[in-house]
Amino acid sequence: MNPLLKARNLTKLFGKGCSQCLEQTGPDQETNLCPRCGTVVACADVSFDLYPNEVLGIVGESGSGKSTLVRMTHFEWEATSGELYLSKDVLPENLARQLADEDDPYTQNLLTLSSFQQRQVRNALMGMVYQNPYLGLRMNVSSGGNIAERLLGAGWRHIGKMRDRAASLLEKTEISPARMDEPPKNFSGGMQQRVQIAKALSNNPQLLLLDEVTTGLDLSVQARVLDLIRSLQREFQLSLLVVSHDLGVINLLCTRTMVMKYGRTVEAGLTDQILQDPQHRYTQLLVASRL
Amino acid sequence: MTLNDWTREAASEGLRGYNYGFMDEGAKKEVRRSLLKAVAIPGYQVPFGSPEMPVARGWGTGGLQITLSLVVPDDVLKVIDQGCDGSVNAVNIKKFVNRVAGVEITADTEAASVIQTRHRIPEERMSEAQILVLQVPYPEALREVEPSEMETRRMHAEADYARMWLHLYEDIVRFGEISISYRYPVMINGRYIMDPSPIPRWDVPKLDMADTLFLFGAGREKRIYAVPPHTRVEPLEFDDHPFRVEQFPVACTRCGSTDSYLDEIIDDANGRRSYYCSDTGYCDKRSA
Repeated sequence: MNPLLKARNLTKLFGKGCSQCLEQTGPDQETNLCPRCGTVVACADVSFDLYPNEVLGIVGESGSGKSTLVRMTHFEWEATSGELYLSKDVLPENLARQLADEDDPYTQNLLTLSSFQQRQVRNALMGMVYQNPYLGLRMNVSSGGNIAERLLGAGWRHIGKMRDRAASLLEKTEISPARMDEPPKNFSGGMQQRVQIAKALSNNPQLLLLDEVTTGLDLSVQARVLDLIRSLQREFQLSLLVVSHDLGVINLLCTRTMVMKYGRTVEAGLTDQILQDPQHRYTQLLVASRL
Repeated sequence: MTLNDWTREAASEGLRGYNYGFMDEGAKKEVRRSLLKAVAIPGYQVPFGSPEMPVARGWGTGGLQITLSLVVPDDVLKVIDQGCDGSVNAVNIKKFVNRVAGVEITADTEAASVIQTRHRIPEERMSEAQILVLQVPYPEALREVEPSEMETRRMHAEADYARMWLHLYEDIVRFGEISISYRYPVMINGRYIMDPSPIPRWDVPKLDMADTLFLFGAGREKRIYAVPPHTRVEPLEFDDHPFRVEQFPVACTRCGSTDSYLDEIIDDANGRRSYYCSDTGYCDKRSA
């Protein structure tokens, strides 16, 4: 089976950068701040493959570059360097023709596309759920409108059909469609998170990016949101990229896991393996400090 | 009148030292270049210098600058303010252009070669020989949904209009229909969303595939844009909520017209309502 998404050497520097930035930072140096020029190396030379219908976890402490990685994959932040390729099979035909050669199973490097094309790719097959619902939702717009925004961006022009779609998605995420015309600011944190998930699913994405979705929710709500994600993943055959600092979440959702520290991948493999037999010093610390 | 006649008259009339058309040739040239670009990219807002005019910004200086850089001495000018030929603003602009450019003045839509207007398009269908200059207070149709100019420019560049559509969706959810009565956003040539200036909905269909060139000038905001003749102008609408214009269940009290945009007038003395054509030139012609 071929990967759905291939990421190669993703690098993101905040600062002007110098020739020593990559050598002078990382887990061995125990810093991500270049001592020579003061540049923050948020993410350096990170590569991964994501297979269809797979859940890949990215774990690490705060500041380890996991969110940066997701933001680059979602084209929100421009990568300093690196490559991102999508399997042509999952793209709608017109986009596939634009972005890939006829005999090449993968697109050209998506990170070099214009932001217009990147938005087309994003609208066609990506969904994103943020830790903070304020980032993913318009709090003053109705919940149905939040979901419709994605559909409007994809060219839907029928109010009735969009409302039907929004209602069915809200039902899937366990929010009463009767409340679809209320703005998410009226909702509890867990409900807001579920509206965000419904919005991310509106365009039938192949790839769902989850950035610390359960952080900040109380435990029973966390469990329900995780259950929901798991069942949606099965129902829609989604590929998931799950970012979390919580090994419990990773353990529950992910088949494969990458451990990040100071912007580098320090260890990657099957989740069970990493949790039972951690190889890297940092991973051992992480597993040992689990409550 | 020829240019020489005007120059001779101007020398003796207290206009000595002023250039033809009040603006200097460099400023007129800049406006014309912006107009050419605007016509070449229908609906795109072209920035321009917008120097001081002898009326305050916000009182039609954008339209005035376009008019002044277009007219030649044998042009015939009509100026209307919300359909009315006789309002103070319209009369002042008319007198001013007449004085500094020697053009003839008319209230007859058919007789005019250039019409400058605030917030209305004349009822009579204009021809390909005529130009309509619209005064624009807010050129950015996306300003309602996005306060940042940098962001709206990006949205236009990438045709990222989901938020404008979302605004209309919310309107329908809240009120059952789109509640925008004037400045109704339109899509030009299938590419740019454009503010048609504060014309009523009634006038929006007149922009579509017209014979006339429409030029839009926003003096305060320093933007010029255009709708060339025979260009698609589509009001934003949904498949199940089509665009509608205003309905008037009555006829004009004065001329009996049933196919024009009507103003409601309330008599202060007895509180009675009556309706009159907003386009006074049209009403006069029908009543004569």
